[in-house]
Amino acid sequence: MTLDEIFERARREKRLAFVPYVMAGDPDLETTEAILSALSAAGADVIELGVPYSDPLADGPTIAAAGQRALGGATHLRGVLELASQCRERCAPIVLFTYYNPVYQFGVERFAREAAAAGIAGAIVPDVALEESAELRAALAARGLAMPLLVAPSTPHERAARIAHAATGFVYVVSRLGVTGAGQAPDFAPLRRQLASLRDLTSKPLAVGFGMSRPQDVRDVGPLADAVVVGSALIDSYAGTRGQAAAARVRDFVAPLIAALGAA
Amino acid sequence: MSAPDARGYFGEFGGRFVPEVLIAALDELERAMTAAFADPVFWDEYHAVLRDFVSRPSPIYRAQRYAADVSPVPLVMKREDTNHTGAHKINNTVGQALLARRMGKGRLLAETGAGQHGVATATVGAKFGLPVDVYMGARDIERQALNVEVMRLLGANVHAVTSGTQTLKDATNEAFRVWAQRVEDTFYVIGSVVGAHPYPFMVREFQKIIGVEARRQTLERYGRLPSDVIACVGGGSNAMGIFAGFVDDAEVKLWGVEAGGKGLDGEEHAASLQAGSVGVLHGSRSYLLQSAEGQVRETHSISAGLDYPGVGPEHAFFKESGRATYVNVTDAQAVEAFHGFARSEGILPALESAHAIAFARRLAADRGADDLILVNLSGRGDKDIGRC
Repeated sequence: MTLDEIFERARREKRLAFVPYVMAGDPDLETTEAILSALSAAGADVIELGVPYSDPLADGPTIAAAGQRALGGATHLRGVLELASQCRERCAPIVLFTYYNPVYQFGVERFAREAAAAGIAGAIVPDVALEESAELRAALAARGLAMPLLVAPSTPHERAARIAHAATGFVYVVSRLGVTGAGQAPDFAPLRRQLASLRDLTSKPLAVGFGMSRPQDVRDVGPLADAVVVGSALIDSYAGTRGQAAAARVRDFVAPLIAALGAA
Repeated sequence: MSAPDARGYFGEFGGRFVPEVLIAALDELERAMTAAFADPVFWDEYHAVLRDFVSRPSPIYRAQRYAADVSPVPLVMKREDTNHTGAHKINNTVGQALLARRMGKGRLLAETGAGQHGVATATVGAKFGLPVDVYMGARDIERQALNVEVMRLLGANVHAVTSGTQTLKDATNEAFRVWAQRVEDTFYVIGSVVGAHPYPFMVREFQKIIGVEARRQTLERYGRLPSDVIACVGGGSNAMGIFAGFVDDAEVKLWGVEAGGKGLDGEEHAASLQAGSVGVLHGSRSYLLQSAEGQVRETHSISAGLDYPGVGPEHAFFKESGRATYVNVTDAQAVEAFHGFARSEGILPALESAHAIAFARRLAADRGADDLILVNLSGRGDKDIGRC
């Protein structure tokens, strides 16, 4: 299924799509594979798969530490692509979440080619905002991959319109100022205004992320969005475990979130 | 001396690689900076503060004895160590604090490596009545304890950064993260010619005073331009500041001295331009020390102020264009220069500046009485006592 079809299905079912985030290789690739399978079986619509990076500017302590653990196990972009390729048959569609430098060193064209070959649906690159995105967007588009762009609470309206126009796959709506992390809750009143304003600008799916951690957060997003992204809280849920034990923790963690999707 | 293009590029280096949450703040900063730079009243106040508070112009001084045994070449120091707070860093923080006030931002935020930029930011925060938060690697806090104490005396909150390598790189990551959360009321005072556009350009413009003064002073005192201008390069702000005065004088050779650490044949150094490759770090495309997979590497220098895996994009541009030449000096050579310069000249240089001084002695052997070597003595060495 394409990203468009997935979001269309969720709309038909009158629910939000569920987009969990997992850091590849935290603490090892076997654990990530078990978690990807569990999430897909539990009903994840799309999975954001984090590529470890030494200097993740947009991430708070949980995801930054997860990235450090993954780097400790020598997981890099190549290994992440292999993992995605291995589980493409049984996993929900994967969108990579990667900073630009690992992609730049890998080669932008080569990245697009190998990501497409691995069955990846798209890539979110948080340190590549609209002005720097043209080359990467074109390379990904040529291989049929999406490049969702972020809209922040600080993004002016006119700029949000240009971002929504350029984004492919979906528009990633940041729920509040700051970096990723469950410690700081979404700012719902301005978020709802932002979603309503984006809804007027675009028919592309709107995915809300940063600070989403509880079923109540999912319900509070309301029907203006199409999807919710949950990352740091999910990573916290399996802290200190590995393999099937980690997958079981994740299954338990996402069940109430998934149950809340239709109540939004 | 040229400005970067509209997207903040010097040639292929620079740009703006930051999360979307910061883009509006960078746009706002760029607009305010452009308006301020075109406003003579802004520059009048900047120069008045530099004169009365920082005690500019800083003098030039001919080192008589340090290299006299190897060459008759005049070896002239630009004395940034005489500035209030003891280094060039304050030229930039005065400018940025004035800009913050003009923009109505109520708080200052800074990263620091050696602590000189943290002290310089804490100083202007106190002077202008703006609360200051400084982010500093836990390892740097350990090796620059004196500066930490000074920042606290000046009323700044010093936050220890324990992630990653616990040095300037991670302090900068953390400062960006904190800025993303407080972007509405906080001005991020970046300490070097690094970061996303317009920072590399803006910081250069605030440090250009070093080169403008030094050019005038050298012409007045010696009736000629220097043959060579030397400065140490970590992020590269003191170097870009002094280079800016001479970049249009094609006959003046510009030398940037990187931290060679324990030697460029291993990995324990911080010579981004000489041993690194092109990549993206802290908001701009430049040279950096990284693995084949694009992970930013741990660096080493005895001098905390040079211990940084990246370098300002305009230096990368100068390297590519050949306008400046980049060389390196090892820890041991810098320490030798620190001691040698102290004993022969009566001046304790910062360990960072000692890198430039060590290279000046090396270069002096190839220069004669008709030449003139100008060295940016970017800071004083009190903070390094007991470390070498």
